[in-house]
Amino acid sequence: MNDLLTEIWESIRRNKLRTALTGFAVAWGIFMLIVLLGAGNGLMNAFMNQGEHFATNTMAVFGGVTSKPANGYQTGRRINLNDKDVAITQSALFSGNVDKISPELFKGPYTLAFKSRHTSVYLNGCYPSLMEMNKIEMLEGRFINQNDIKQHRKSIVLAASHAIELMNGGEDYASLIGKTVTTDNITWVVVGVYKTDRTAQRVEAFAPITTMQMITNDINYVDQINFSFHGLTTKEENEQFEKTYRAALNRAHKAAPDDESSIWIWNRFTQNMQMDKGTHFIRTALWILGIFTLVGGIVGVSNIMLITVKERTREFGIRKAIGASPWEIMKLILAESVSITALFGYIGMFLGMVACEVMKMTVGQSSVEFFGETVQLFVNPTVGLGISVGVTILLVIAGTLAGISPAMKAARIRPIEALNDVN
Amino acid sequence: MLIDLHNIHKTYDNGQPLHVLKGIDLGIGEGEFVSIMGASGSGKSTLLNILGILDNYDEGEYWLDGKLIKNLSEKEAAHYRNRMIGFVFQSFNLINFKTAVENVELPLYYQGVSRKKRNELAMHFLEHFGLADWATHYPNELSGGQKQRVAIARALITQPRILLADEPTGALDSKTSVEVMDLLTELNRTEKVTIIVVTHESGVANCTDKIIHIKDGIIGETTLNEQHKASIFGTSTIMK
Ligand SMILES: Nc1ncnc2c1ncn2[C@@H]1O[C@H](COP(=O)(O)OP(=O)(O)OP(=O)(O)O)[C@@H](O)[C@H]1O
Ligand SMILES: [Mg+2]
Repeated sequence: MNDLLTEIWESIRRNKLRTALTGFAVAWGIFMLIVLLGAGNGLMNAFMNQGEHFATNTMAVFGGVTSKPANGYQTGRRINLNDKDVAITQSALFSGNVDKISPELFKGPYTLAFKSRHTSVYLNGCYPSLMEMNKIEMLEGRFINQNDIKQHRKSIVLAASHAIELMNGGEDYASLIGKTVTTDNITWVVVGVYKTDRTAQRVEAFAPITTMQMITNDINYVDQINFSFHGLTTKEENEQFEKTYRAALNRAHKAAPDDESSIWIWNRFTQNMQMDKGTHFIRTALWILGIFTLVGGIVGVSNIMLITVKERTREFGIRKAIGASPWEIMKLILAESVSITALFGYIGMFLGMVACEVMKMTVGQSSVEFFGETVQLFVNPTVGLGISVGVTILLVIAGTLAGISPAMKAARIRPIEALNDVN
Repeated sequence: MLIDLHNIHKTYDNGQPLHVLKGIDLGIGEGEFVSIMGASGSGKSTLLNILGILDNYDEGEYWLDGKLIKNLSEKEAAHYRNRMIGFVFQSFNLINFKTAVENVELPLYYQGVSRKKRNELAMHFLEHFGLADWATHYPNELSGGQKQRVAIARALITQPRILLADEPTGALDSKTSVEVMDLLTELNRTEKVTIIVVTHESGVANCTDKIIHIKDGIIGETTLNEQHKASIFGTSTIMK
């Protein structure tokens, strides 16, 4: 092994410029591959961050503004969702697909106070099932329950970040359970604390929707209806369901059944389907691009190795004459090819990772305001350790591929012809 | 017999077939010191290459130490070349980016001998041939005679049974030629190496114990030369 390395080193030393030139092609290929994959990952991570807070088989429904005249009404009429819509969603009409339901009613901001501490909060009136649909993780206590809804209890579930603020930096959430807090002039009992995510768009506290409707005098009114569903697996099935569902709600509000702007449906399942397609496409495109660049490098190495073999024909002839087997000769070329590819590939990979880190520190930190929400375009645009292992395997395979034809050529050299070679 | 050739035929076919060896019958015993002479193009090198398993033949049988050398795989051929045979060429055929000692130890590398042991042995051989001071020199820093002695050291380091030399003095002046032939003679006498030398020079042939003449692709007369009186170096003895 040591001897083989010495041989390779000698050969590389004798052809510094040529080695450097081919090496550059490989390094560039790997560099591009890493940077492209890193950038792609950044984009996709940003996508995913938006989506991962919700269960994927849910829809959110909002009221909009009519765009078609119907039942004597002009267009431009505002549609507000209410308890009747919740009931329709829950009805036998859709029970074949709809599982859990939770309307939401948002109000705020209020001043949330505990003892002498206070902070600003939005209240979200909801049903117990929101916890599952929005993947809310409880740290302490419980979420809103059925009794809270029925009895219009003033129960509140606080965000961990707010709890910490109210406790003056303390993280003993349990001690807060059962205590009372106030929002403006209403007194609540804390029943639970949930985990907040640093990328969460808005930090809110949860309360029973019935209580919220009561204290805001918005009896019956809801901002949004969420429900989870099953049995809708294709795009067509989803569209068909949305069409019937929209028609039912439109009719209840005396709007045209096919009016698409009076009732907004946000289907996370089809949304995800689209996104999966998108990310899959991006990923494939990046790999193809990167691999093409790499193939260029491989062809370069292969050509250089062919020239090397031609130049060293006589030497290989001598080696064979004194007892080198064909495999010994092949080994020499393959090892050199793999070494050059791996060495420069790693240089390329290292530089690519540096470039990814630079991306992370620059564009990765920037974000844009988008409808009042902070959206990061690039989240962690780097490649993981898995990719590095993958690239290593790729390099060894690439080096072997590049070397195989020159190596076979070298192994086939007949000593007698090589020695007759005039040079 | 260490070497036994029966009716060896060899035809080169580069477009036009050229029948070079037309039925060679030859036996060479263990420890013999033989020269092969013949006109240019008579097939001496062709014969020697077949003996050294560097080339194959079309017809006949070549027995080497009781083993039929025919249709060997490349790997087997390499093994025999490495273990049984040492080859010395007119043009030395040293690897010019390796030092003298590295050239000499290379055959041992293909035997899997450790680097340290290889180096020791190679140095030992170079010392024996008076080349110790030149061990770390590259071939292009050596004289023709020195190069040929390095080549001989390389051929001998595996302690082969047979040493084949194709015009080993062809590129040397007569003084160095004598030195090289003295070296070969000593090897034959003390180490009992079987040596076959192809040459044009009757002076070289005269150093050997038996002179085999090859003509038109077959063995002609064989002269026993135990007294070494066939001819001497120098004076108009070169037949070309
Ligand atoms: N590889 C080859 N392909 C075709 N013809 C060849 C080849 N090698 C040798 N020959 C021809 O075969 C004949 C014998 O060649 P060989 O080298 O054996 O002669 P030789 O006796 O060694 O001659 P010299 O004394 O000049 O070295 C020559 O005519 C030569 O041209
Ligand atoms: Mg010849």
